[in-house]
Amino acid sequence: MFTKVHLLSMTAILTNLFDGVAYGMLLFVLACGLAVTLGLMNFVNLAHGAFAMAGGYVCMVLVNRMGWPFFAALPLAFVSAAAIGIALERTLYRHLYARSHLDQVLFTIGLTFMSVAAVDYIQGSSRVFINLPAALQGQFDVFGVGIGRYRLMIIVICGLLTIGLQMVLAKTRFGSRLRAAVDDPRAASGLGINVPQVFAFTFAFGCGLAGLGGALSAEILGLDPYFPLKFMIYFLIVVTVGGSSSITGPFLASLLLGIGDVAGKYYVPKMGPFVIYTMMIVILIWRPNGLFGRAAAR
Amino acid sequence: MNASSDVGYHAQRQARWHYGEVAFWLIVLACGFLFPTRYLIMTDILRLALFAMSLDLILGYAGIVSLGHAAFFGVGAYAAGLLALHGIINEPVLALVVAGLAAMVLGFATSFLVIRGVDLTRLMVTLGIALLLEALAERFSNITGGTDGLQGIEMQPIFGQIPFDMFGKAGFFYSLAVLFLLFLFARRVVHSPFGLSLRAIKNNPLRAAAIGIPVNRRLIAIYTLAAFYAGIAGALFTQTTAIASLDVFAFERSADLMLVLVIGGTGYLYGGLIGAVIFRMLQELFSTITPQYWQFWIGLVLVVIVLVGRQRLHRWVLYVPNLVIKQVAGRRAVVAVPESDA
Repeated sequence: MFTKVHLLSMTAILTNLFDGVAYGMLLFVLACGLAVTLGLMNFVNLAHGAFAMAGGYVCMVLVNRMGWPFFAALPLAFVSAAAIGIALERTLYRHLYARSHLDQVLFTIGLTFMSVAAVDYIQGSSRVFINLPAALQGQFDVFGVGIGRYRLMIIVICGLLTIGLQMVLAKTRFGSRLRAAVDDPRAASGLGINVPQVFAFTFAFGCGLAGLGGALSAEILGLDPYFPLKFMIYFLIVVTVGGSSSITGPFLASLLLGIGDVAGKYYVPKMGPFVIYTMMIVILIWRPNGLFGRAAAR
Repeated sequence: MNASSDVGYHAQRQARWHYGEVAFWLIVLACGFLFPTRYLIMTDILRLALFAMSLDLILGYAGIVSLGHAAFFGVGAYAAGLLALHGIINEPVLALVVAGLAAMVLGFATSFLVIRGVDLTRLMVTLGIALLLEALAERFSNITGGTDGLQGIEMQPIFGQIPFDMFGKAGFFYSLAVLFLLFLFARRVVHSPFGLSLRAIKNNPLRAAAIGIPVNRRLIAIYTLAAFYAGIAGALFTQTTAIASLDVFAFERSADLMLVLVIGGTGYLYGGLIGAVIFRMLQELFSTITPQYWQFWIGLVLVVIVLVGRQRLHRWVLYVPNLVIKQVAGRRAVVAVPESDA
């Protein structure tokens, strides 16, 4: 009886909510690059998680082996993932934009398999941890609600990133170019916008964000060579449920998924990931273009 | 000759058995006698071929891209395992059919979800269903044995007469018979007016609907049939290996299956069969070079196939056979380039 009361206590709910928000924010940073490639460029990139993994491993090597401070390694995780992203985009991906979805799926599954085996070969198959600075470890209490320092940092970083992204998309010249290129690539290039360049830059930036997310998520999601396969479905859920009309859709979907997953694991642990998958299928049947998507079929 | 009889003539000509096809099946049968030490891997190839043929039915003929075909394979595998383990149906052939029907029921139920939406939604829904089933199988580990899988399955003799031997000889010929029968049926189906209407749907669903083809009903029918085939493949897996574990639902299985079909080519039924042989050989080769990292090479093959272009690749592969046929028979090649724009 005591546990029942404890489970439903206010502080437990708030702690779960806090963890869920942190988890959701993390998912958003990981997946928002995919929202661009999948939702906007209509390219099915199942290898998105591989970029996240690359960032995570770069950060791990820098911090654990070379003794870099954690916060200095995070930008490097972003830059390296973005560099890999732009190299692949220019050499391989760009030939496949016009191809069928089946081709894109096969190609990106192939890339995912290669990345899994390559990382397994270089770093071994066991889970790796990034040494965190002492300031990020442990938790403190706010009115009895346990707030993990690391999770708080994630919320802050990801929150700032989200606001920044929204500003860039809505206010800057690049943002309006991207939106124009997405809405109608032909008309946009007719107006003198270099659409392939815009796409390449956006793709690289999305990969960079994924890399940053990968570095941040090592502590929470766990980082091993199978990361791209394990979390592929989560990224896809964020994008398909969130829709692609704006950055708000994927953001809300990530939060929903994060909170739902954490709460599901806490309150109905036996159901496992069952809840999430069912939710996804129901939502996709109900609104094939996503909860927050626009009606136009692509 | 008017248009409709012209279409009928070509359809019938397409449906006729070629010498090449007869030779193909004779070679497969001969393999059973030529390599008596390799029954296990050959049975594995047959199973994979049947599974790939099942995907070919929906991908190559109806144009449905599925990332979760392992769902039906898994249901068939567990159904056959549970039937044998608890002694509900001891006779393997009957159990096989029942397991196939179980997968078929699931296929019918989920087909309504799959026919809605475009490619991307289909990908997600099929993937989601497979993951859902994997999660369910893990959750109800008291029934499925969880990560350990079903253990201690003992197969009874086929028809009560032919026992499964430890060298896999009976298993091989049993699988071959099942594959051949199901192939005959699939061949009949795809060359029937029903099969032709599927091709019309694949090429252009709107136009197909406009000429009076009930698109959704046809898609449901073929998806259900494909689920039955996949279920049979899964049941064969359990019956010939006497194990069923969680990895029957794994995403890798669905992904590998795509590769098999892509290697062999879609839309002419033999793609899955040829692809299965090449895929297993590649896998053997890669795992002898780098035992732990063969997945890398599989991935590389996928990437290269897509970059080179599937159609171009098949033209290259068929260049020599076509040339030979042209020289020897002095007529247009019968080895056609398979349709592969799914």
